Amino acid sequence: MRRRVKEGVIQVRNPVGVGLGGILALPLRSRGWLLAGAFACAGVLALCVLASVRFGAAEVGTRDVLAAFFAYDGSEEHLIIRTLRVPRALIAALVGASLGVVGALMQGLTRNPLAEPGILGINAGAALAVVATVFVFGASSLAVYAPLAFVGAAVAWAVVHLLGSLGGASPMKLTVAGAALEALFTSLTMALLILSQQTLEEIRFWLAGSVAGRDLGLLLQILPYALAGLTLAFVLGRRVTVLALGEDVAVGLGQRTALTRLAVALAIVLLAGSAVAVAGPIVFAGLVAPHLARFLVGVDYRWILPYSALLGGILLVCADVVGRVVLRPQELPVGVTVALVGAPLFVYLVRWRVRS
Amino acid sequence: MRGRVTVRPAGGRFSLRLDLRAVAALVAIGGVALAGAVANVGYGEYPIAPLDVVRTVLGMETGDASSSFIVNTLRLPRALVALLVGAALAVSGAILQGLTRNDLAAPDIIGINAGAGLAAVALIVVLPSVPAAFVPPAAFVGALAVAALLYAIAWRGDGSPVRLILVGVGLSAVAVSLTTLVITFGEIRQVSQALVWLTGSVYGRSWEQAWSLLPWLAVFVPLALARAPRLNALNLGDEVARGLGVRVERERGLLVLTSVALAASAVATAGTIAFVGLMAPHIARRLAGPSFGGLLPVTAVTGAALVVLSDLLGRVLLPPTEIPCGIVTSIVGAPFFLYLLFRGRKG
Repeated sequence: MRRRVKEGVIQVRNPVGVGLGGILALPLRSRGWLLAGAFACAGVLALCVLASVRFGAAEVGTRDVLAAFFAYDGSEEHLIIRTLRVPRALIAALVGASLGVVGALMQGLTRNPLAEPGILGINAGAALAVVATVFVFGASSLAVYAPLAFVGAAVAWAVVHLLGSLGGASPMKLTVAGAALEALFTSLTMALLILSQQTLEEIRFWLAGSVAGRDLGLLLQILPYALAGLTLAFVLGRRVTVLALGEDVAVGLGQRTALTRLAVALAIVLLAGSAVAVAGPIVFAGLVAPHLARFLVGVDYRWILPYSALLGGILLVCADVVGRVVLRPQELPVGVTVALVGAPLFVYLVRWRVRS
Repeated sequence: MRGRVTVRPAGGRFSLRLDLRAVAALVAIGGVALAGAVANVGYGEYPIAPLDVVRTVLGMETGDASSSFIVNTLRLPRALVALLVGAALAVSGAILQGLTRNDLAAPDIIGINAGAGLAAVALIVVLPSVPAAFVPPAAFVGALAVAALLYAIAWRGDGSPVRLILVGVGLSAVAVSLTTLVITFGEIRQVSQALVWLTGSVYGRSWEQAWSLLPWLAVFVPLALARAPRLNALNLGDEVARGLGVRVERERGLLVLTSVALAASAVATAGTIAFVGLMAPHIARRLAGPSFGGLLPVTAVTGAALVVLSDLLGRVLLPPTEIPCGIVTSIVGAPFFLYLLFRGRKG
């Protein structure tokens, strides 16, 4: 913060209030460094994706990975790589990117540093939709869960947003409405699971959040929504930065805040919906990625959003690889590992970096 | 000042200012909680009229030999546990909300519930041969372990409430994901059982549990009440509190300890009953105003009323199935909470 004043920029309190970025001095500040950092993150993400293709239950050599693309011979290894590993790695990256951006958007919109899909009711809405359907209609498959989860997430977010905008939108209302509906949906889900052991058996692996066994078809089905959401989010970067300064400041700077809120809400639906549709309810990725991003780039959402996407992707792909490797041949759902990997990191950051 | 009465006994050693609004709210909600408890005791396969319930509890003759056993041995401890758990969770939530100046702070948010849940679920699923009596102590240890970790990690002299919440959320995520892991891979029947515990229920609680919960409330609720003026000051911000002569770090430490102890003992007894710690302070604040001296007692009776009524409702709705009261508190509580918030914030 101090150095910003030296540069002659207006000193603003961190818009998120207590996020890491506002409390830290910003390590990356010139446009060149920011761009370089983004490319470095993209490079790391690519390496993580490669690692995700390379490591797994079946032993596959690095040479096989290359050969599967450049000299495909239909062998079992090549088949595994092309039909299982690559879609899975790409899905993990896409879901992570979506969650990272959703978290950043929500934190900007609600000015609450803890906002993320797991806290504002979206994941819980998706879970309720899927669990209720399995409860009523019995066994199902991933292909059925996906649209249900998307619809559930969209409805939940619509309700949260509607309630949060009644009688004039305010960040606090949105947060409270989200938390209340989250608790409501979760306990309805729990009630169904308690009433029917069969449903519990059927659904519990999905509920943990996982990218195992997802195929290319699912990825392609969801890709347009996710890409549209990402594009919309990146376009909105400047507006979110202003909105995050507070309603009054945003209006004073000439922003039509209702319109911005609506656009941000739309981006959130697209991204959170597609993430939960593919991978089930994953918590914490949406919380960690934006805080890491803010730690690197400060308070400007034009940079926070892309960084959140890249860091979210890295986090999820890494968590997936770790979950596959540690207990081979057993596999941990990525929803579990992401919290086990992400939470200590988050706690470390908060422990050593937050000064109030 | 309108609506306030100052009590100052001769000698002037101490004085007490009563907010009439808070007193009225306390009496009204206390009445609701008691009525709820009486209805709770009276309801069941062997219904007992409310008047007879009161007579039996007071030890008077009702002309029905079996009702004494049913009321005093079977049903009363359950209702008492519901009241105590509700009060403990509510006060715990109110303290945290005051300390952190965050409307959403509750024992659920900072991981106390998650720690207790992890310990209990792990015990139920991983070691099914261990008798059920060990679940509450395990949950208590889990809750305290998270609190200790929270203290060790988040405390850096200044005791920043923001860091407390952020670290709490992180620890909560770890505990929840480990719980998910156990639920995902555990044996299905035990997982089912663990879920009931996780949602929070006062089913089959006995005198033993009521007696082991009571001392915690008897110590920590008065402690919280005694600290109410400091909590008022802290709620205005650290600088203001310091200016008013409050030793900020020490008071905050004591208050966090109080809050954690109340939440941990409640969760150990009845599982993680969601929403009470969040909702009761909000309801109470609308009735009794923001000053903690009046707010804390009203919050306590509000929480007690919430849990005891939820338990009753859970038994009435789908007999013979009992819906765990933790589910009822959220299903009933969430919409009501939203209604309160949006009605309250129009102005």
